[in-house]
Amino acid sequence: MNLILFTFIVLLGFTSYYFGRKKAYTIQSSNKRLTALPQFYGYYLAIWCAIPAFIIFSLWAIFEPTIVKLLVLSDYSNQGYLDDELNLIYEKTKSLSRGQFTGEITPFIEASAEKYLSLRSIAQSSKAVIVLSIIIASVAYAYKRISSNSRTREPVEKFLNAVLFTASLAAILTTVGIVFSLIFQTIDFFKVIPLFDFVFGTHWYPAKAFVRDSSEALDPSMYSDTFGAVPIFAGTFFIAFIAMCVAIPIGLMSGIYLAEYASSKVRQYAKPLIEILAGIPTVVYGFFAALTVGPFLKELGTSMGLEVSAESALAAGGVMGIMIIPFISSLSDDVITSVPQSLRDGSYAMGATKSETIKRVIFPAALPGIVGSILLGVSRAIGETMIVVMASGLAANLTLNPLESTSTITAQIVVILIGDQAFGDPKTQAAFALGMSLFLVTLCLNIVALRVVKKYREKYE
Amino acid sequence: MKKNGVKMIKIKAKNVDVFYGKKQALYNIGLDIEENQVTALIGPSGCGKSTFLRCLNRMNDVIDICSVKGEILINDFNINDKSCDVVRLREKIGMVFQKPNPFPKTVYENISYGPTIHGMAQSKQEMDEIVETSLKKAALWEEVKDRLHEPGTGLSGGQQQRLCIARAISVRPEVILMDEPCSALDPIATAQIEELIDELKKEHTIIIVTHSMAQAARVSQNTGFFHLGHLIEHGSTDKIFKNPDNTKTQDYITGRFG
Repeated sequence: MNLILFTFIVLLGFTSYYFGRKKAYTIQSSNKRLTALPQFYGYYLAIWCAIPAFIIFSLWAIFEPTIVKLLVLSDYSNQGYLDDELNLIYEKTKSLSRGQFTGEITPFIEASAEKYLSLRSIAQSSKAVIVLSIIIASVAYAYKRISSNSRTREPVEKFLNAVLFTASLAAILTTVGIVFSLIFQTIDFFKVIPLFDFVFGTHWYPAKAFVRDSSEALDPSMYSDTFGAVPIFAGTFFIAFIAMCVAIPIGLMSGIYLAEYASSKVRQYAKPLIEILAGIPTVVYGFFAALTVGPFLKELGTSMGLEVSAESALAAGGVMGIMIIPFISSLSDDVITSVPQSLRDGSYAMGATKSETIKRVIFPAALPGIVGSILLGVSRAIGETMIVVMASGLAANLTLNPLESTSTITAQIVVILIGDQAFGDPKTQAAFALGMSLFLVTLCLNIVALRVVKKYREKYE
Repeated sequence: MKKNGVKMIKIKAKNVDVFYGKKQALYNIGLDIEENQVTALIGPSGCGKSTFLRCLNRMNDVIDICSVKGEILINDFNINDKSCDVVRLREKIGMVFQKPNPFPKTVYENISYGPTIHGMAQSKQEMDEIVETSLKKAALWEEVKDRLHEPGTGLSGGQQQRLCIARAISVRPEVILMDEPCSALDPIATAQIEELIDELKKEHTIIIVTHSMAQAARVSQNTGFFHLGHLIEHGSTDKIFKNPDNTKTQDYITGRFG
């Protein structure tokens, strides 16, 4: 039903475009100058069709369910039901009307379900009638109004402006929404677990906080020494550190090679090839780390008489480093390439060799941009999930031995939220607290990185 | 400088052809450059004068598709020979570019760059001395002596260009190549640089590419006129400007084309 209506409105939109343009041509053929190109007249009418339709659809979507619910439940008023019970009745009514109700069917509910269905169908058909009549009225009004000297270009441009603005607003609002959803759960978490214990506690053992029966009272003392985040923060930064130990030298050197040494032909092929690394899904890196690198390191370690865990920080960090190489190499390549040729010429003309020029002139000039690219790499390393979940182990050990297994913030969030969870339970809320702290860390890193990159850009402009 | 009445030839170019890919930019250039004189290269845009200038310190090596044929003898040594060490060559042949291009470092580091990479100073004191004399020779010392450790990019355009000249002379080159050194500068800065060029020719051989006929007439002793990749005429500046042999030169100098 809705689909047919929607198709019909779209067709109506196209028709009004056609009529608007046709009217413009008619005006034009009577030797009058138009104020805009004929298609603007068409767009103008199409907008007069789209906006009312959009407004009515949204109003309907907002108010229809509430009104229908009120009407259905009005039969039950004055019978002393609690709000929760009324909600339950309404849910039963709805599922019965869909034919999915499996419980005992009482005549009351059956009657409500019938009422519900009839209300819905009335709502649907009245919606169709209202939408179509309003659209046709508005298009007809606009059609009559447009003449040789009416303004159609400006409203169309304004409409486009509004559409684009809405799109960017949607992205921003989503971010804000995500942050808020984190904030409230985080605050709830810290109501039970003191902030101090979370930030400075050294035992992370959320399994101990098994899901509590909701009838039980919440006893904060049973969570003492459970949510100490130090081991997983340490694990996160440790693995990120290992990753950067791999990514920075290799990424930077390949960036320098691509920008300064590679012939244009090599560069043409090598750069896309390196960037393919960035396109590999992290899950693939994850099982590469877990199934290939981890066992290999374990065997290598055993042959040297070292005890290596199959899920070691080294395997996860190393593979994560490989994942980050293309970001650093590609960004630093861009930064180095954008150092003006005149500086290179100046240095070569002084008799400097290529490596001297790179070391003493180009690298310092490009340094802010390179630092920016490294910081972006670090924030990726900290936020990376799949590789650590698969390859670094899930027990939060507080260790600085790269051969042992350790865990990270992201991996712990996965562990906590996998399977059944109870909302409103500290164990679940711990995931939000972790997500919030992760968000803050990467946010700070990104702000610093963007600042640094921006400062660099201003330098040569 | 005259020795027994004969002018010393510092650079001798013989049959120089330059190609950018398949396109030939210079045809069979032969030009002698006298020691401790200023030689101006003039000609319309795209005539190859800058390309020729860049042959003299092999800066064309930097451009992948560029190839140079022929002999360029500096002190009777062919710099296009395989045995030529480009680093040593460029130490002896300094260059100043069209747009001032100080490194994004301090004034001091800009000057000390060359002496450092060529290991010319054994101590901090020696380096200080080199920096001071270079800046003094470039007539910049008085203006920057209190801001030696501020960024060179913070100086004015004319000061930056003199900084680049000071950088070029810091390694005591025998020849200084100047590629339209005043084209980005105002008349006052231009006058300062021209004065400086006159001073520098006492110790260095100078080759300057310029678009300004007046500048060529003011600063140079010898002039070469390039057109479409050919060296049309060369000789003393007096002769080229007052009594050229070739009508093309005549036309260019009197402003009838180019």
